[in-house]
Amino acid sequence: MDCGRGIAMMTNTSFLHTRIIPVGTIVAIIIALWYVATFFMNVPFQRDQNRRSGVTVTQSELIAQTMAQPKPTLPAPHQVFENLYKNTFTVPVTSKRSLVYNAWVTLSSTLLGFLMGTVLGVMIAVGIVHIPALERSFLPWIIASQTIPMLAVAPMIIVIMSAIGITGILPKALISTYLSFFPVAVGMVKGLRSPDLMHLDLMRTYNASQWQTFWKLRVPASVPFFFTSIKVAVAASLVGAIVGELPTGAVAGIGAKLLAGSYYSQTIDIWAALIAGSVVAVMLVMLVDLVGRLVAARMGGKPA
Amino acid sequence: MIVKANWQAVIALILALAAVLNVPFFASGSQWLCVAATVLVAMAAGRSMWATLTTFDIILIGVLTHIAVFLLLQMLSGNEGSATSGYFICIAACWLMGWRLVTILSGDGSRGSGEGFVGRIFVPALFGIWLLIIWEAITRGAGVPFVLLPPPSAIGVRFMSSLPILAADFYQTVLKAVLFGFCVGSFTGFLVAVLADRYKFLSNGLLPIGNVVSALPIIGIAPIMVIWFGFDWQSKAAVVIVMTFFPMLVNTIAGLKATGTMERDLMQTYAASHWQTLFKLRLPAAMPFIFNALKINSTLALIGAIVSEFFGTPIVGMGFRISTEVGRMNLDMVWAEIALAALVGSLFYGALSLLERTITFWHPSYRS
Repeated sequence: MDCGRGIAMMTNTSFLHTRIIPVGTIVAIIIALWYVATFFMNVPFQRDQNRRSGVTVTQSELIAQTMAQPKPTLPAPHQVFENLYKNTFTVPVTSKRSLVYNAWVTLSSTLLGFLMGTVLGVMIAVGIVHIPALERSFLPWIIASQTIPMLAVAPMIIVIMSAIGITGILPKALISTYLSFFPVAVGMVKGLRSPDLMHLDLMRTYNASQWQTFWKLRVPASVPFFFTSIKVAVAASLVGAIVGELPTGAVAGIGAKLLAGSYYSQTIDIWAALIAGSVVAVMLVMLVDLVGRLVAARMGGKPA
Repeated sequence: MIVKANWQAVIALILALAAVLNVPFFASGSQWLCVAATVLVAMAAGRSMWATLTTFDIILIGVLTHIAVFLLLQMLSGNEGSATSGYFICIAACWLMGWRLVTILSGDGSRGSGEGFVGRIFVPALFGIWLLIIWEAITRGAGVPFVLLPPPSAIGVRFMSSLPILAADFYQTVLKAVLFGFCVGSFTGFLVAVLADRYKFLSNGLLPIGNVVSALPIIGIAPIMVIWFGFDWQSKAAVVIVMTFFPMLVNTIAGLKATGTMERDLMQTYAASHWQTLFKLRLPAAMPFIFNALKINSTLALIGAIVSEFFGTPIVGMGFRISTEVGRMNLDMVWAEIALAALVGSLFYGALSLLERTITFWHPSYRS
């Protein structure tokens, strides 16, 4: 009992030393640099402003002013977090200004696209593993399709879809689908092929049908690959959804907030939207990771 | 002669029969060409059902099928939008024979089957050609509105006729923003990774942050960069730098850890310094990882530069052209830009692959 706790404490201190202290230090350095940069990037405008209005200020007042501009070139971290806090917790969730509302709009199309992309990717992988003609003819094109900056096509897809009467979250979701199917397809081809020859031969000696081999051997073997690839896919889906909101003049969503912020030079809003998007991304990836761990534990995998 | 039926050929024969019953394929034009095309594809289907196929038979099937398709596409000119169901049935029959051809050429999936030039180059090329054929046949045959989806032939014509515009956009977006951002971002990522490798503390701190950042929608910094660096290519290059930095950082750190203990011990017994070990052992061993990052970055850089142009540019550039021509409903120009982007992306990727082969010739995946 005691021994176990001792080991737990040891791993805790090593976690502290290899993770928390280094990461914390670097984050602290970034924030410090951010403040310094805030001063230097905002000060030319502030000096100019003060000279025009004929005010003379001390150095410390000048620093305070650069940290509190309404439309700064680079907002100070506390301004961003203030905005983030205000638009997340104080504004009602149903309001257009609420970041929760905007994040939800983006999230809904992200999730729909992610779902469709995952299903498509798995289907393609299953086809490729079982039909040699598909592997030879289709797989090279799937890989080539990713060297095409398909995100660039996003505006066109949206415009075309709205021209034929499809609006709402589906067009955005389709962009997410395009971005997310690829990692899933490639990962699942690898995963479904991961059982080694011995295992496949064993299934043969059992006289297992292709169907049985698929469900009892290939699918379980592919689960770790599946979760690794959908982690990438969910992040890609979010990027797709955000970019999908740019060209439509979408009224809501993280991408719409970014675009509106850039039109009106509301830099603090842009930064807050960016951080909101990042929080959503991190939460999605962590959620997928958690589900992956739970499934692995349920299937009898060793905790890594 | 022993007949060995396969489902593509059987369905193709049935479709060919249905197509013959539905001639003519268009409101006007020769019926004989329609029948000829149908007969050709039916012959190909029949031939493919022979039990033993020689190389000559395979070539014959391919030639018959593609002559039939060529005839069908030729018949389209002047008859856009008036194709009847017979036309599409015949196209479907041809497509099935194309599929049959790919299946024959791909082999049975056993080890070594479908390798070599035919399997690696010809089969994917055939697939790509068929994609274009079906696209062309449907858009022109059914008369899909031009603003929805232009046929590939129109895109090709537009591409060739607007080469100067495309060249200017290429120069602005790729040669200025992408190349500069890609080189600077990848190189700084590499340098920081080497430093992080030297100082454990730095690597412990940077790696988790790098992993988190790689999941973030970095493209969102584009409006900020436009505010900071102006409308011209510098702001796009800045976005590209940030986007390419982290994949390179994470991959290089992973690559520098890829050497085995034995190899490092050997360097130690040679009394090699940290930098000697780095340059003579660990950097070469990290090369596959570094090239992986470069390949990821080649796509990211292009995406980053094009999407950042949606937030404001001078009146030139691939992203600018795409967003304005979409607004003017000049979809063929948009597709021409996309074709250009695809071409650039593939060439960029291909060049990196070639470079990788020459530099990491020792790697197991390239040894014959």
